[in-house]
Amino acid sequence: MDLIQWFAAPLQHGFMIKAILVSALVGVVCSALSCYMTLKGWALMGDAVSHAVMPGVVIAYVLNIPLAVGAFVFGVGSVIAIGFIKSKTRIKEDTVIGLVFTGFFALGLVLVSKIKSSVDLTHILFGNILGISDADITQTVIISAITLVTLAILQKDLILFCFDSTHARSIGLNITFLYYVLLSLLSLAAVAGLQTVGIILVVAMLVTPGATAYLLSDRFDHMLLIAMASGVFSSVMGTYISYHIDGSTGGCIVVVQTLLFLAAMIFAPKHGLLVRSRNSQTVSESDANQ
Amino acid sequence: MNSVSIDIENVTVTYHSKVALHQAALQLKAGTICGLVGMNGAGKSTLFKAIMGFVKPVSGKILINGLTIRQAQKSNLVAYVPQSEEVDWNFPVSVYDVVMMGRYGYMNLLRVPRSCDKKAVRDSLERVEMWQMRDRPIGELSGGQKKRTFFARALAQQGTVLLLDEPFAGVDIKTEKMMITLLVELSQTERTILISTHDLASITTFCDQVVLINRSILAYGKTSEVFTEENLSRTFGGAVGDFSSAKRQVN
Repeated sequence: MDLIQWFAAPLQHGFMIKAILVSALVGVVCSALSCYMTLKGWALMGDAVSHAVMPGVVIAYVLNIPLAVGAFVFGVGSVIAIGFIKSKTRIKEDTVIGLVFTGFFALGLVLVSKIKSSVDLTHILFGNILGISDADITQTVIISAITLVTLAILQKDLILFCFDSTHARSIGLNITFLYYVLLSLLSLAAVAGLQTVGIILVVAMLVTPGATAYLLSDRFDHMLLIAMASGVFSSVMGTYISYHIDGSTGGCIVVVQTLLFLAAMIFAPKHGLLVRSRNSQTVSESDANQ
Repeated sequence: MNSVSIDIENVTVTYHSKVALHQAALQLKAGTICGLVGMNGAGKSTLFKAIMGFVKPVSGKILINGLTIRQAQKSNLVAYVPQSEEVDWNFPVSVYDVVMMGRYGYMNLLRVPRSCDKKAVRDSLERVEMWQMRDRPIGELSGGQKKRTFFARALAQQGTVLLLDEPFAGVDIKTEKMMITLLVELSQTERTILISTHDLASITTFCDQVVLINRSILAYGKTSEVFTEENLSRTFGGAVGDFSSAKRQVN
């Protein structure tokens, strides 16, 4: 069978097995987080943080400390910088976000260009899942464990924070704490995603699965499961496709994610375009009948 | 009995060095239903925020049942029913989920509901006749049902102070009547209810106290005594249109 062959062939290579497993894990983690990003309206924030971690990653390379630590410092630092500039000037938030993350990203580019020997720019920008080292795999597993456990423990509080922070505050929940938890997880997930799809595309991992699931469900637990399923599917299929067409792995993963989103947008049973247009037709027909 | 439930002592709140509320003083006894009346920007929501502890007064203090705001929050004393515009109705939560959020303050870190939490949620939903609708996504509810869901959440929270922001905007007559009945029942069990609104007509029917606010508290006390021509004119800044319509509503 060609299909069996299609799935079996890449598995002859150890690096492909690793790549598929790691990208699936990253898919789960980023997708889980993407539900909160979508609901909180943090897509732009995700974009900002994922770009802003770049100098942190480079500095961590140089200092030979875990990338996650450097990313974490710069990810959270960028958001503090955004908050500070916003509160001290008259500039609007989206402008501040655009300004800060490009500034951090540019700093990262400069740093990389000056220390070429130890860091490969293309790996940071576009990911290097096929050549991922065992140390990086360990790091991804640790990040994933931290993120998933934190999300599981704080799920109810984070949902309430996204949904109704006024009520959350009025019953004494620590909103600032939840804000920084979500932000820290975002920085960590950006590092995990950086390995698979690279800094440029990591925001897709942190937004698209949540957006797809949002169109398919009206319950948070369903949304979470759908997002994770679509994330894993995209990661695995994307890695396979990239093997067969010999194309960019990160690119393939995000293209599959985007196609899933488009399918959901059109065919979603309740919130899809087809159903919506049918509903509005029914409405206009019933209007006409009256 | 009849102890002071909300005690606001000379509270001044400023935003970016502009005074939003000046030297506000107000004591509400347990079991009062009090209307908070003023124009937009008069400081109604600032007062609410101060009572919920979201803005820190530059001077003065607020006590709820003799406790500081922080202690009151931790004891789930203050329940808030938001304006419908403040809620993201596309959020994937059901009616039941929303009402259960009123119980989080009583639960452990993982927010696993115990049987008393489930019972409180069920009782609250039954009181507002929404139990049958419990599995509906909130986005599929009518205006009145939406309001009743959030009212049920406040009931489930079992606080002693209830803040409602424009509770009757965009709701049907059935919901309005039901909520007024429930509010009167709650006040009889020593709950203190503060309702922010510019719908003067409904206030006179069931509020026993009124606070008139315009950057500071102009008058407060029994509805019949406070709703004078002079007070209303000060509250609405002598704006002729507002004033005459306000007076018409009172009459």
